[in-house]
Amino acid sequence: MRHTLAVTVENNPGVLTRVAGLFSRRGFNIDSLAVGRTENPRVSRMTIIVEGDDMVVEQVAKQLHKLIDVIKISDITRNAYVDRELVMIKVHAEPSARAEIMQLVDIFRARIVDVGPKTLTIEVTGDEGKIDAIELSLRPFGIKELVRTGKIAMLRGVKNSAKNNSQKEEDVK
Amino acid sequence: MGGVKLSGAEILLKSLQAEGVDTIFGYPGGQALPIYDALYDSDIRHILTRHEQGAAHAADGYARATGRPGVCLATSGPGATNLVTGIANAYMDSVPMVAITGQVSRALLGRDSFQEADITGITLPITKHSYLVEDPSELGRIVKEAFHLATTGRPGPVLIDMPKDVSSEVINYEIPGEMQLPGYSSVKDGDLGLVLEAARAIAASMRPVIYAGGGVVISGAHKELLALAELLMAPVCNTLLGMGGFPGNHPLSLGMLGMHGTKYANYAVCECDLLIAIGARFDDRVTGKLETFAPEAKIIHIDIDPAEIGKNVRVDIPIVGDVKRVLCQLLEVLQPGLREAWRDRIQAWKKEYPLSYCDNGRLKPQSIIREIYNITEGAARVTTEVGQHQMWTAQYYSFTKPRSFITSGGLGTMGFGLPAAIGVQVGCPDEVVFDIAGDGSIQMNIQELCTAVNYELPVNVAILDNGVLGMVRQWQELFYNRRYSQTELSNPDFVKLAEAYGAEGIRVTKPVEVAPALEQAIRSSKPVMIDFVVDREENVMPMVPPGGSIGKMLG
Repeated sequence: MRHTLAVTVENNPGVLTRVAGLFSRRGFNIDSLAVGRTENPRVSRMTIIVEGDDMVVEQVAKQLHKLIDVIKISDITRNAYVDRELVMIKVHAEPSARAEIMQLVDIFRARIVDVGPKTLTIEVTGDEGKIDAIELSLRPFGIKELVRTGKIAMLRGVKNSAKNNSQKEEDVK
Repeated sequence: MGGVKLSGAEILLKSLQAEGVDTIFGYPGGQALPIYDALYDSDIRHILTRHEQGAAHAADGYARATGRPGVCLATSGPGATNLVTGIANAYMDSVPMVAITGQVSRALLGRDSFQEADITGITLPITKHSYLVEDPSELGRIVKEAFHLATTGRPGPVLIDMPKDVSSEVINYEIPGEMQLPGYSSVKDGDLGLVLEAARAIAASMRPVIYAGGGVVISGAHKELLALAELLMAPVCNTLLGMGGFPGNHPLSLGMLGMHGTKYANYAVCECDLLIAIGARFDDRVTGKLETFAPEAKIIHIDIDPAEIGKNVRVDIPIVGDVKRVLCQLLEVLQPGLREAWRDRIQAWKKEYPLSYCDNGRLKPQSIIREIYNITEGAARVTTEVGQHQMWTAQYYSFTKPRSFITSGGLGTMGFGLPAAIGVQVGCPDEVVFDIAGDGSIQMNIQELCTAVNYELPVNVAILDNGVLGMVRQWQELFYNRRYSQTELSNPDFVKLAEAYGAEGIRVTKPVEVAPALEQAIRSSKPVMIDFVVDREENVMPMVPPGGSIGKMLG
């Protein structure tokens, strides 16, 4: 099963290497990892999607917790949360096909961010299902290039997955 | 405040002294020059080894013997990479160590400069944490944090990488501020609910076994362990690193368990209905085939490191906390128990399957270890290298005190014993120190004999010399059709070699010569190397074949 981990880390040099290195040497698989600063410039937040049964993910979380730069880990998989991913797709677009592509872009509430002589570049955000669907729809036109940010996620409502200035808390037992 | 101008190197040494450091093991070089220059005027004692690996192992041995963090120092590039094995060794065995490396100046970083190595990157998976110091004003805080991290929670090595211009830059020294470790906390007491649950499970158990590891020694919980075992009348088996955490000559002691454990320890684990794992991590050398390890038992696991719980085996009652404090919590709520049927069964196993070897009049390694035990009255500090001699030491020297057996467990580093013995002797100057070695292992760091001679450290090296890489040969004999590929050694004359270094050398070829040689070595104020020419065919028995069940032992 796929788990979504919200991980807050100290914004120190090398922190990404520490996290990524831990995954590779312990043989855990990262599906995606997105990282960026939070509202506190000294703290970054990672959203890590990891594949594995509960035992494996528990071990991942415990090992991550041992990294000194890691402040907090929450496995939010079983909570209500919103997640988003941003994808840019450069699709082959002959003049004759443009109308159809733009129609698809509208349907998916995506946006065209660049127009070339023979291409359109489309930006789309959404959850995994939506992104897979638009990719599938555009494929017949010829996808030249595709890049995705990796998923970011946040708990719904008043609950916080991470306080960005707090002491380490034990969320994952 | 302020007013005092100090270089980065001076701040480093001042901060080390503030942590109580009085001894450093190291080896100088270009990028470490400012630190060595500051050491010239310092009260800190520097032990110059002959190889950086020796410095790391010496710091390790010092830390394990004294319980205080060991400090090693090397230059950049090859100096730093030579520390790597020593750091990995300390990491695997949870030894508090601070490793300091010189580094090229900040402007030269990342340009493949002369003697540049990305040592923080290289040691990422083998350190508890590491620092590349980018600003000398942060040094005070970094050193404070490094020692805090190395010594608290589950101890481990921490690396501080010091660019040369950080060491030489002179700044206004200010007293370091608070540590900034928002992501670090070390749990101390166990969860009370789980402690009570453990107590209920213990009360309900008819056949409990205590499985005690290095965590007992590290947290200083040997008295509590003894109290627990005696209260419950529960037998205790030790891991390799746990030896000495429970007196080996106690009637409840089962000795070591696992691959080269005693049969009675392994049988007890196989038949127990409750396994109390204390400061141990269910290593594959202990468990053998996981499906048949303590198959009938409920498992209580007490450990400071939450990541160890459930890593290899499913645990019924996990208690995260400092071993000593959790044992104190448990002792408060437990009732004494008398489990006579279980005790009798174990006594019967002990009688039927004792450790044994064929005493055929030839010089036997096991008898030499017994003799060392007898002559030192079990009070020596013993280090080992890695291989057959190490297992025989664990089996035949009944360690009775914590921190008396210092051996490379997790990493299994040949060449550990001699430099570790030097560190032990520096930390415990008035005690008898033995490195029990093999003829293969000793040659991996034999240059450190020179260090022992230079600093007049009277370590005793007992080489159990069978002319082969014995443990590898044993596996070749048992599992590779006696195809002895690359395990025959042609060795130097160890006696002459010892003398060349300025140490004493003794050769022993007959059983009657053993005791006099040992007595001579202990009396001598010099380092002594004894070459015991032992029976080549001797194997370490009993043995669980790799991947096998611990209840089914050879020998």
